[in-house]
Amino acid sequence: MTASATTPNVPRNAVPPTADDVLALERTWRDPPGWIGWLSAINHKAIGKRFIVAAFGFFVAGGILAALMRLQLARPDSKLIGPDLYNQLFTMHGTTMMFLFAVPVMQAVSVYLVPLMLGTRSVAFPRMNAFAFWIFLFGGLVLYGAFILDIGPDAGWFSYVPLAGPDYSPGKRVDFWAQLITFTELSGLLEAVVLVTTVFKLRAPGMTLNRIPLFVWAMLVTAFMVMFAMPSVMLASTVLITDRLVGTHFYNPAEGGDVLLWQHLFWFFGHPEVYFIFIPGLGFISSIVATFSRRPIFGYSAMVLSLIATAFLAFGLWVHHMFATNLPELGKSFFTAASMMIAIPSAVQIFCWIATLWTGKLNFKTPLLFVLAFFFILVLGGMTGLMLASVPLDLQVHDTYFVVAHLHYVLIGGAVFPLFGAIYYWYPKFTGRLMSERLGRWNFWLFFIGFNVAFFPMHLLGLQGMPRRVYTYGSEMGWSGLNALSSLGALVIAISVLLFVINVFASLRRGERAAADPWGGGTLEWSVASPPPACNFEAIPVVHGRDPMWEPQPEPTHVAGLATTSRELLMTTVLDAVPDSRESFPEPTIWPFVGALATTVLFVGSIFTPWAVVWGSVPVAIALTAWFWPRRHENRAHLALEQQP
Amino acid sequence: MKRALHLVVAVAFALAGALAWAQRTVLQPGAHDALAPAGPQAARIGDLWDLFMVICGIVFAAVLITLAVALRRAPRADAGTPADVSMADRHEPGPYRSVLVGVGASIVLLFVLLVASVSTDRALARLPLQGALNLTVTGHQWWWEIRYDGDPVSETFTTANELHVPVGRPVVVTLRSDDVIHSLWVPALAGKKDLIPGRTATLQFQAAQPGTYRGQCAEFCGFQHAWMAFEVIADTPEQFAAWAARQRAEAAEPTDEKLRRGREVFLGSTCVMCHAIGGTDASARKAPDLTHVGSRTTLAAGTLRNDAESMTRWIRNPQQIKPGVNMPSSTLADADLQALVAYLGSLK
Repeated sequence: MTASATTPNVPRNAVPPTADDVLALERTWRDPPGWIGWLSAINHKAIGKRFIVAAFGFFVAGGILAALMRLQLARPDSKLIGPDLYNQLFTMHGTTMMFLFAVPVMQAVSVYLVPLMLGTRSVAFPRMNAFAFWIFLFGGLVLYGAFILDIGPDAGWFSYVPLAGPDYSPGKRVDFWAQLITFTELSGLLEAVVLVTTVFKLRAPGMTLNRIPLFVWAMLVTAFMVMFAMPSVMLASTVLITDRLVGTHFYNPAEGGDVLLWQHLFWFFGHPEVYFIFIPGLGFISSIVATFSRRPIFGYSAMVLSLIATAFLAFGLWVHHMFATNLPELGKSFFTAASMMIAIPSAVQIFCWIATLWTGKLNFKTPLLFVLAFFFILVLGGMTGLMLASVPLDLQVHDTYFVVAHLHYVLIGGAVFPLFGAIYYWYPKFTGRLMSERLGRWNFWLFFIGFNVAFFPMHLLGLQGMPRRVYTYGSEMGWSGLNALSSLGALVIAISVLLFVINVFASLRRGERAAADPWGGGTLEWSVASPPPACNFEAIPVVHGRDPMWEPQPEPTHVAGLATTSRELLMTTVLDAVPDSRESFPEPTIWPFVGALATTVLFVGSIFTPWAVVWGSVPVAIALTAWFWPRRHENRAHLALEQQP
Repeated sequence: MKRALHLVVAVAFALAGALAWAQRTVLQPGAHDALAPAGPQAARIGDLWDLFMVICGIVFAAVLITLAVALRRAPRADAGTPADVSMADRHEPGPYRSVLVGVGASIVLLFVLLVASVSTDRALARLPLQGALNLTVTGHQWWWEIRYDGDPVSETFTTANELHVPVGRPVVVTLRSDDVIHSLWVPALAGKKDLIPGRTATLQFQAAQPGTYRGQCAEFCGFQHAWMAFEVIADTPEQFAAWAARQRAEAAEPTDEKLRRGREVFLGSTCVMCHAIGGTDASARKAPDLTHVGSRTTLAAGTLRNDAESMTRWIRNPQQIKPGVNMPSSTLADADLQALVAYLGSLK
């Protein structure tokens, strides 16, 4: 496929690209130098990397909080940490892991990878992508700033009213929590828009919807879930803020409000959230299993349909978090059925992966080990999930350590283990060097063993009656031994994460240099250098199958004729990826960063006075106006690219 | 790699077995244990648990064994091994059939679990309630107010943090909350139920044999969620009737000088702002009713054993024992404190 270049004064790439093309493209697509340039960066790889690093930073912070909790619970009647700090610790831990790590890190990885997998040069709306990152970062920093100043939230990551309401949580602690939700939801929604648009409009020609990698499918489904689920919690938390700040009574039963309204709104978001943490993990697994068993995943269509079915069902089971309330019993039974039904698409996927491994040729490297651990941990977590779906069993184990065990089995097993595998897998693409395989194995085995030692005993503790969110327990309860064991496991996990961090930093300098395709992967990101050039692809590839790197490449192989001196991208149609139009993309600018700062001021100000929404919107408006103000030289460049058909 | 594989399988089996085994051995039937049922409601849930354990255990083992076999039989490769894409245009009947069978079996088993769960749920809702004992539990930060509804109404009485029930008689507990959401849970007797402000719920259970069963708040309710416990004491019907009769009575008159002094201290200090003692002028309802506090086995909602030493410590500095609790520290002189403790201890 060769688009003819008819405007002589705009240089356009040839196939194969000439040395001049490569140079020009690098100059066009790279982020500007200097620290202002750093703040202006909009290249999806730069933003993606920062996003991943920031999310892992919060992961480590959340992990330290967890370690402190395990330290406190290691012995009965421990006086190390009082209830005031302990309540902040578990609130911050849950909030961090859910809002500042698990959801954003998946979006972060996909911001980096999705354009490379789709064969394009950028995400859609690159400035908005940068803005979403800064908003996320500032939101997280504000929350930790509050925690350090002893105004960290302490009503749980779920902030049930009326405990989180104005009467029982005076002060500003819960306000910081509620406002953090606004930050991260804003960021999450923007990222969802970026991802959906990228997947729908920026695919390389020929990459029809039934050829996109399963990881991209997973992220597409996730992005849609985010768009439907997050408005619910944004509404809920905004209403909580107005209850707290301006005296509305949405959640106040004395004035006709209802406390269960909060739970419905929160879990209508909260349960899908579990799945938009889990589904990207499934995408990682599909990528890793395919590459390391040297064959495509068995049952592509079944896998895609399962992802979509999971996403649909995920919106129909939020009430299983509320079985202990006085909702009608018959209604609860429907949610039991729905909760059990979601096991079916998960089973389909697990069986398809096992079939892939069964019929493949296996290359046992660290990424595959992390994925194999997924089978063990997630399946066990799925089994306890079935127990929690049953109303009678849930009434016994709800809000006990059994649930703590279950949720860590599904979230760490379903998302964190695959994520670690994914980092080992794509690290050479991110950095151009491989991570140490030896340290990787230590990291894996310590994590796997430590995880089970830390969390398996919690099942038993829950059955023995230990409730969640208690800062201490009496020695006469008989919970001491298992708690001590669990704390020991936490220590092993901490060591393994430390090894991971060491591996990441040490490999940056001393890792073995990686070729473009160190694992023999089948998707397009492995066709470009490690790390990829600023423009990703010097010529946009043309796709003829699901695994372009594994299948023979008939002509045409690449697209010629995109401008090399201007940020021009090829848009394709949604279903069949037929070339549709050429689009000029914006250049780096500092305004998304400034806009994010202004938005942060508005959000934080509104914790203290509702008037901040009024005066705070002025700087936001200025930043956005500057962001969208047309620049003369850009207009001229874009006009030069326009052609009459 | 083979060794690692064996390790995975071994750990899998060890863990799967551990849960099944642990529920009868490691978990000594205690006063606070979901798998040591002491009444029909908890027993039904226990039976359902056993069924889930068996089915889930089998499925878990089957999945991991299949995985282990897959990993053993598949040939080894490295990054340079050419990927096999021949199946891109080819149907794979073997894996197709296996996946189909696996999914079909999962659906059947899920259906079994669903039916078992729903029928247990129905059975729980149909506990026969003839001649039930009615009482109301109101949750407070961080204690339980318990009102036994009398018939006639004059027989109604209020106590705190200790529920007495007659063995063999169904109990209907009406659940309310005055502040935040709490959850009432006695693992040995029944599943939990939330106490939600603005809403009323009920919980039914029955104790099959006499004994003391510990309960605890299960919904995070603030600072002292950890120490919001209570005890359910199941008595024979005769013992229960005798206990209820004593509870209905007003507080015992002090019999000696020290106890009289103790009552004066109580009535003359800030205690009366929150606590009530039947038969005296103290009638505030912000904190546990102390009319028969001496008869209870624990103090401060299951936090301390009820004896003179604990009571002294508690009154002197409750913030040290339960930080954040609504009871202030006292500034009473030692002699007054001793008299007060003696008096409260005498309120059997």
